[in-house]
Amino acid sequence: MQYETVIGLEVHAGLSTNSKIFCGCSTKFGASPNSQTCPVCLGLPGVLPVLNEAAVEDAIKVALALNCQVSPYSKFDRKNYYYPDLPKNYQISQNYLPVAFKGYLDVPLEKGTKRVGIDNIHLEEDAGKNIHGGGADAGESLVDLNRAGIPLIEIVTQPDMRSLEEVEKFMISLRDILLYLGVCDCCMEEGSLRFEANISLRLEGESRLGNRVEMKNLNSFKMVSKALQHEMRRQGEVLKEGGHIKAETRLWDEEKEVTSTMRSKEEAHDYRYFPEPDLSPLIIKDNWIDRVRKAMPELPRERKLRFSREYKIPEYDAQVLIADKYLADFYEDTVKLFPEAKMVSNWVMGELLRGLKERNINIEECLLPATHFANMLNMIKKGAISGRIAKDVFAEMLDTGKEAEEIVKEKGWSQMSDEDEVSRIADEIIEKNPQSVRDFQGGKEKALGFFIGQVMKVTRGKANPQLVNKLLKEKLGKLK
Amino acid sequence: MLNELTAHEIHDLIVAKKISVFEVTEAILERIEAVGEKVNAYLSVMGEEALREAKKIDAAIAGGREVAPLTGIPIAIKDNMCLRGAATTCSSKILDNFRPPYDATVVDKLRQERAVFIGKTNMDEFAMGSSTENSRSGITHNPWDLSTVPGGSSGGSAAAVAAGETIMALGSDTGGSIRQPASFCGVVGMKPTYGLVSRYGLVAFASSLDQIGPLTKDVTDAAYLMNALCGHDRKDSTSVNREVPDYPQALVNDVKGLKIGIPREYFGEGIDREVRETVERTIRLLSKLGAKIKETSLPHTEYAVATYYLIATAEASSNLARYDGVQYGYRVGKQESLSGNSTIDMYEQTRAEGFGDEVKRRIMLGTYGLSAGYYEAYYLRAQKVRTLIKQDFDRAFEEFDCLLTPTAPTAAFKIGEKMDDPLQMYLSDIFTISVNLAGIPALAIPGGFTGGGLPIGLQLIAKPFAEETLFRIAYTYEQNTDYHKRKCNL
Ligand SMILES: [Zn+2]
Repeated sequence: MQYETVIGLEVHAGLSTNSKIFCGCSTKFGASPNSQTCPVCLGLPGVLPVLNEAAVEDAIKVALALNCQVSPYSKFDRKNYYYPDLPKNYQISQNYLPVAFKGYLDVPLEKGTKRVGIDNIHLEEDAGKNIHGGGADAGESLVDLNRAGIPLIEIVTQPDMRSLEEVEKFMISLRDILLYLGVCDCCMEEGSLRFEANISLRLEGESRLGNRVEMKNLNSFKMVSKALQHEMRRQGEVLKEGGHIKAETRLWDEEKEVTSTMRSKEEAHDYRYFPEPDLSPLIIKDNWIDRVRKAMPELPRERKLRFSREYKIPEYDAQVLIADKYLADFYEDTVKLFPEAKMVSNWVMGELLRGLKERNINIEECLLPATHFANMLNMIKKGAISGRIAKDVFAEMLDTGKEAEEIVKEKGWSQMSDEDEVSRIADEIIEKNPQSVRDFQGGKEKALGFFIGQVMKVTRGKANPQLVNKLLKEKLGKLK
Repeated sequence: MLNELTAHEIHDLIVAKKISVFEVTEAILERIEAVGEKVNAYLSVMGEEALREAKKIDAAIAGGREVAPLTGIPIAIKDNMCLRGAATTCSSKILDNFRPPYDATVVDKLRQERAVFIGKTNMDEFAMGSSTENSRSGITHNPWDLSTVPGGSSGGSAAAVAAGETIMALGSDTGGSIRQPASFCGVVGMKPTYGLVSRYGLVAFASSLDQIGPLTKDVTDAAYLMNALCGHDRKDSTSVNREVPDYPQALVNDVKGLKIGIPREYFGEGIDREVRETVERTIRLLSKLGAKIKETSLPHTEYAVATYYLIATAEASSNLARYDGVQYGYRVGKQESLSGNSTIDMYEQTRAEGFGDEVKRRIMLGTYGLSAGYYEAYYLRAQKVRTLIKQDFDRAFEEFDCLLTPTAPTAAFKIGEKMDDPLQMYLSDIFTISVNLAGIPALAIPGGFTGGGLPIGLQLIAKPFAEETLFRIAYTYEQNTDYHKRKCNL
C-alpha cells in the first residue's frame, strides 16, 4: 500500500512598506534595539491603531497576482495570547473576514505545472523579538520591539501539495511573485519570509484527510524541505507499524534534524478571537482594485513571453529561466553585457544549473556575478579559451567567484593562438617524426591526426585547434 | 467666591479684565486645600504647574491674545486620560508610576484653548464601577452628603465640580460613568455620540462603548466644553469625520413643538418614588413650555445590562491584557517577592497583586465569554441583542426628537451599601447602559432633590449627532428651574 502526502503551507511575508502597519515608525531592519518604536507599537495605555493604506495596497497586489478575490468588506480581529514580545498581549490580525480569499498559483514543475489553491490572504502585525540570556543576569531576557507592528501578510494555501518538489517549486514561485511585486524583500535571514507547514499522510485513493501535523519554525526553503522530508518518513513509519498520527504542532530542530512535539491539539491556544473594536471595517472599492491592477509590474507569466519575444529563445528555455526570479535576473543581466541570447541560455541551463545542483546551492547563494559570466563567454567567442577549457574555468568561477581571465592566468590555461610559437612546435614535431611524414606523404591522411595530437600534447591542450590544423596542413603539404 | 462661578461667567469676567486667570486658579486651589480631604476627589493636584500656566495666560492676555471660551478655565481630568508627564494610574496599582509621554487628544485640544489643568481625579479602577469605591487611592465622598457615594466611575470629576474644586471636568462614559455621577452630584454630564470625541489617550475599558465627555455646573458650560472636545482625529480610526456644530448656538429657551418620548420600560420596579415624581414634574413643566410628550417603548431594554456586561467585559479582558509588568507600571519581579522563575509566574503574580477585585471579576467574565465554545453563545449573541437595542432607539427617533428618563433609579446610595453585591451595583446603571450600546448621545442634568437633600438627575437621549437637540431642551429646562444653582454645604 502506498501513502499519499498532503501538504499545505502558511506563509508569512513581511511587507516592505516604509512605516509600520498601525503607526508611523520605520520598518528598516537592523536599527539599534527599540529605536524604531512609539507609544502605539509599544502598546502603551490609551493609544489606538491607524491602518497604513500602503500595507493594504500591497495585500491587494498579492491577492491579484495569486488570482484571489479581494474582499470589498473585511475586518480586523484580535488574537489574544501572552508573550513578552507582544506588547498588547494581543495581535491585530484578520480571522473572520480576511482581505482576500479563494485564489490559486500555477507552479511550473520539472514536468508540467501544478495548481495550488490559496485559501485566504490576511493582514496582521508582526511581534517583536525576545533575546534570551541577553541581560545582565543569565536568566534575564530582553525584548526588542523594532519589529513589533511591521505589516505582515499571511498567505494560507489549500492542502494541495503532494510532493516535496511541489512544495519547493511553490515556495520559489510564490517568493518570485512577492519579489516581482516589490512588496517583500523575501530575506529569510532577516525573517521577512517565514513558513509553517501542515502535513498528513493517507492511503492512496482515500479521500479523507489524515490527522495533520503542523510544523513551525521553518526559516528557509531548505528547512521546509528537510523538515517535511523528515516528517513524511516519521509519519510513514508510524502508520506502517499500525500506529496513529497525533494531530499536534511539532518544532523542527535544525541542529538535530528532527521534529519534536511542541504542543498537542488539546493544549492548543484558545486565541479568543473577536473583532478589533479600535478599527473600522476595511472597505476596498472596485476603483482602488482597478488602480492597483493597472499599476501591476511584470509577473513571471509576462516575463516568459517577453523572453521568447525579445531574446528569441525557445519557449522551453524561457520557461526554465523564469522558474526562478534570480536565475531570470542573472540571465537578463548577462545578456545585457553579452547579447548572444541563445548561447547565454545554453550555458545557464546547462553548466550553471548543473553546477548549482552539484554544489547544492541556489542561484542567490552563488558567488558568480553576471559580469564575470559575460566576460567568460566573451573569451570563448574571441577564442581566448576553448569551449572545453571554459567548462573547467566556469567550475572554478562558481567555487571562487574569480574572473575567468584570472583563473586562466593562474592555471596557465589560456589558448595558444600565437602563430610563431605553434609553428615552432609543429616544426620540431615534424622533424622528430620522419616516418609519420612519410606515411602522410604516402597518402595516409590519418597521420595528420597524429601530428595534431602531438602538438596538443606538447602544449597541454592550449593550442588553438584550428590554428594547429591549418599550420600542419601547410607545412606537410610543402614537404611533398 | 470665584470657584463657585461657571466657566462662561468666569470667561466674561476675564474678558472684561475684572479678574485674572491667576486669581481663579488660586481660588480653586484654596478650595481644594479647604475641602479636598473631605471629598477626596483628586488623585493628584498640579498646583504649581497650574499657577505657572495661569501666569503665562494672564501675560498672553495682557499682550492682546484672544481669550477663547475656555482660556484660563480650571479643568480637572479623570485619571484614565493621558496628560504628558503626569501620573496616569486609572486608580490602579498596576499602573503605579506610569507617566505617559504623550497627551490624549482631548488634553491636547484643551491645551490649545489654554484651559488650566488642575489635577487628575479619582475613579473606579479602570472605570469599572458605579460608586468610585473601587479605587486603590480611597473612596471619593459625595459633597452633598459625605456618607454617600458620588457615583462612578467618574465620581472624582463629578464630585470636584459639585464641591467647587474645579470649574469643569472631563469624565468618560462606558455604561453611564459620566451621567450617573453627574446625577448623584447634581451637575451636568454629557455622553456624546460614539465617535464624536477622540478616544486617543483615553485608557481603554471597552473600546466600542467608551466616550469622553464634559462634567459641568450648567448646560452652557457643557456646550462650550463640547465645542472644544469634538472633531475628527486621525489618531482614532473610530472618530467620525463630520463638521462639528457650534453647540452654544443650540442654547435656545424654546421647546415648542419638540416631541419627547417617555419610554415606559424606564419606570418599572426598582425605581425610587422621588425619582419617578421628579420625572413626572419635569413632564408637566416641559408640556407647559410647549413640548409634545407621549409614552413610548424600548422593548429590549430588559436585556441591556446582560448585553453590556458581556460586550464590555470581553473587550476589557483584551484591553487590560497589556498590563503584565513587562514594560511599565507595577511588576512583581525578582527584586520583589516573585516566587518561581518563569515569565508566566511574573505575569500571574503581577496581575494578581496589581488589579483589584472588580477588575479581576470583569476580566474573568470577559475571558470566559470569548472562550472557544462560548463565543457564539455569549459574545456574538450579545452583539445581536445590541443591534436590537439600537433598532429600538432608531424606531423611537422616527417619532420623537428626544427621550426623557431618570438618569439612575435612585439618588446617591450609602458608601459600602452595594460593595458586597455586584449585581445590585450593576443595576444602578440600568438607565444609562442602553445609550452606550446604541452609540447615541445623552445628557444628564439636575432635576430636583430628595427629601433628604440629595440631587436627582434627569436624562435626555437623542439620535446620533443630535447633541444640539439635547442642549436646547436642557437649556430651556434650566432657564425655567433653578436646581442647577443650588450649592452643596460642605
Ligand atoms: Zn510605532
